[in-house]
Amino acid sequence: MYTLSTPKLLLSLVVSSLLLSACSDNESAKQIALDKNNPFPSTYQRIESAPIVITNVTILDGIGNKIEEGEVLLKNGKISAFGIGVPVPPDAIEIDGTGKWLTPGIIDNHSHLGVYASPGTSSHADGNEMTGPVTAEVWAEHSLWPQDPGFGRALAGGVTSLQILPGSANLFGGRSVVVKNLPSRTMQDMKFPEAPYGIKMACGENPKRVYGEKGGPMTRMANVAGYRKAWIEAQAYQQTWSDYEAGAKDGKAPMRDLRLETLAGVLDGDIIVHMHCYRADEMAIMMDVMKEFNYQIGTFHHAVEAYKIADKLAENNVCSAMWADWWGFKMEAYDGIRENVPMVHQAGACAIVHSDDAIGIQRLNQEAAKAWSDGVRAGIDISQADAWRWLSANPAKSLGIFEHTGSIEKGKNADVVLWSGDPFSSYTQAEKVFIDGAMVYDRADPESWPVSDFELGQIAQGDAK
Amino acid sequence: MKCSAVISNLIQNVRCQKHTLLATRAASALLVLMIALSGHAYAQRIAITGGQVHTMSSKGVIEGGTVLIEDGTIKQVLSGVAVPAGYTEIDATGKVVSPGFIGALTNLGLVEVSMSAGVNDSRVNAHAVSTVGAAYDVQYAINTDSTLIGVTRLEGFTSAATGLGSTGQLFDGQGAFISLSTDFNSVLKSHAFMHVDLSSSGADKVGDSRAALWVALYQSLEEALYVQSNPITPSWEWFGMISRADATALVKVVSGEMPLLVTANRANDILQVLALKERFSDLQLALVSASDGWRVAQQIAAANVAVVLSPEENLPGQFDRLGATLQNAARLHAAGVELSIGIETHNARLAPQHAGNAVANGLPHSVALAALTINPAKLYGVDDIVGSLEAGKQADIVIWSGDPLEVTQAAEMVFIKGESMTMQSRQTKLRDRYLHRDVSKPAGYSQ
Repeated sequence: MYTLSTPKLLLSLVVSSLLLSACSDNESAKQIALDKNNPFPSTYQRIESAPIVITNVTILDGIGNKIEEGEVLLKNGKISAFGIGVPVPPDAIEIDGTGKWLTPGIIDNHSHLGVYASPGTSSHADGNEMTGPVTAEVWAEHSLWPQDPGFGRALAGGVTSLQILPGSANLFGGRSVVVKNLPSRTMQDMKFPEAPYGIKMACGENPKRVYGEKGGPMTRMANVAGYRKAWIEAQAYQQTWSDYEAGAKDGKAPMRDLRLETLAGVLDGDIIVHMHCYRADEMAIMMDVMKEFNYQIGTFHHAVEAYKIADKLAENNVCSAMWADWWGFKMEAYDGIRENVPMVHQAGACAIVHSDDAIGIQRLNQEAAKAWSDGVRAGIDISQADAWRWLSANPAKSLGIFEHTGSIEKGKNADVVLWSGDPFSSYTQAEKVFIDGAMVYDRADPESWPVSDFELGQIAQGDAK
Repeated sequence: MKCSAVISNLIQNVRCQKHTLLATRAASALLVLMIALSGHAYAQRIAITGGQVHTMSSKGVIEGGTVLIEDGTIKQVLSGVAVPAGYTEIDATGKVVSPGFIGALTNLGLVEVSMSAGVNDSRVNAHAVSTVGAAYDVQYAINTDSTLIGVTRLEGFTSAATGLGSTGQLFDGQGAFISLSTDFNSVLKSHAFMHVDLSSSGADKVGDSRAALWVALYQSLEEALYVQSNPITPSWEWFGMISRADATALVKVVSGEMPLLVTANRANDILQVLALKERFSDLQLALVSASDGWRVAQQIAAANVAVVLSPEENLPGQFDRLGATLQNAARLHAAGVELSIGIETHNARLAPQHAGNAVANGLPHSVALAALTINPAKLYGVDDIVGSLEAGKQADIVIWSGDPLEVTQAAEMVFIKGESMTMQSRQTKLRDRYLHRDVSKPAGYSQ
């Protein structure tokens, strides 16, 4: 869905570094420039594993197809082959999938694990920079505590990748980070190497409530004024840099501004917009703001009223990340219905089931199952194989990582889950979870259950969670 | 307090009142009873046939049974299909029939929109009538027009315990047990429970330490015990910590007339709760949440204390929940603890889902169903009215498309007091408006 344009911002930084750097070597200058644009690079490394073949298993490939009694071969971190009659290398570990189902790993594009970690003490409240309505300069990855026990719980629920977002207090809440769900020592060790950044924005009640008595915005109209004002500043910042690149002025590089750098990154198409927005009318306004400033909203998050404007969402190529049934906790969530997800899907728009919750993330397959069956009962005929798009392929697209993960296709990252049975059931559990071809969770083997530093030496360490 | 079984819950409601306003309430309740009896629903005789009937009684599960309903009451539950003359048959072959589910601990009828949306009757800001929060009473606050009632009913729930979410004080007031019918008179039992939070979050609001919280609790109950044998009158000087109204409420707790629901998670806290019985021997205790309950499951069982829980809670959300696990429900049950499942309000459907997940984690299916039906009925002393399919009980019955704990199944017909309830809610109307939108007109013209 996202074709990332040539990153102008990166180019501008390359130029600036070339001019500022004492190095005469172009390669060194480029290296410095890249580091400037990616100052917290991923250090993720996949776990080495012998090839693994899962046999006689029901496969949902995540893009609409179901294969009965199939095989999947995971090799060198990738999906090497799948289907019927897959040739098995002699050194492959064979796992009997009889009676079980295999799906792409679940990708949650809305999580606050690590930035609102367990235990939920005030010292762990690192997700909302509620000091001003526009904090595009903050990055969620700088708050992420990799020892949050929630990562391990989510892994047991079949989640292989997830986006960690800042909260929704601000019009612009800051950058998100996409991580592989392999709990590790540092954020960088978990960071999804190829994932672009996202930015969290928020509509409606939250910015109003937080800033209404702190200098505003105190109304929805001021929210929109706030977005537009920020985009205008970002455009000016873009102009300053392009003027500089074109050799204007005295050749002195403009000063970097972290806030505007992120906003300009959105206008350049390098950073994906994830916008918390509940009401249909507000989403429609935001799609006009999007056109006014020529950027793309990737996904409306929560999108409780997406069903009312599913046609417009499809037209504008904007995804909706939704709950199966949460509603009523505030006015803008009052019109929630059980069929939101299937109605968005039916309109040809991109539907995603998200969690926004450390408990909900552990059973996203069931959340999709509820939405799917509610849709079927309302006469919306969607197959289970198609419905799985809501859990892997569509969130992967919304995060800009679909070319790497999110479906069972040859050559993609071997991020898959072996379920004890039909995953559209209350009783089915993730039995084995694989990330980049390595088994990282095995329900049958307590030694394979991740225990965070926080849980070590506490009661019930290593217990079935 | 358990009221003796009588013909109607409405009469029962009257019998259960042992305090002021008795005469007024009795008169109004009887008036409602007369109106109700003259209604169409009460003349109906219905036979639900052929379903897999989960009686939640000693009859267990009956494959292809029949439930006979007459005048809003269950007349008989039979093995095999039999439709006596004069009964309208509803064929439930291939379906599952169960008692209506019970919301184990909710704010239903008290809240429409939780936040920033006007008065929310499930929250109290401290008022002078109470110093410790015990006096507040939700029975006067129930709004039967709340859209949540219809939404919840569609999920197969027919009654619920409802109470305050927070008061900022020691106790969270007195809850009620309500029917989710369309009647104005929905309170099946007032003063159905008192709630107190003795977990970390409870300590947070009372002195910021258990060292203050527990002393405040003992002091409150001691004063109630005193007042139990020395009733306060308006002319009597009272210098207690708790207010007069609190005392009146807490007397019902220390006498065992009203169960005391106690939120506690840490094993030590749970043992402290059980130890309350050493001083206040008539207390009817139940635990809420009990995340680390499995660690002291034997003691909870030995004290015959029931647990109301959300079995999905498996994160160390606070330092007093470090042992939280999806195994909690199964382990508590294995030790002999009686469970009720579901602390939900807007999303009642999460309770059967999470009960199903508890089954996946070792809880027997029949126990999970009991935790949604007969167990909460027993907890609140309304098991002579609701909670199982047995002759003489109110006909609160659900016909499900399949296993009600399965996320892909749903309630197809819901009966309350024998009356078939509408399967529409505000949510289904919103759905239908936009699912079948007439694009030639603005949406507001289709309903």
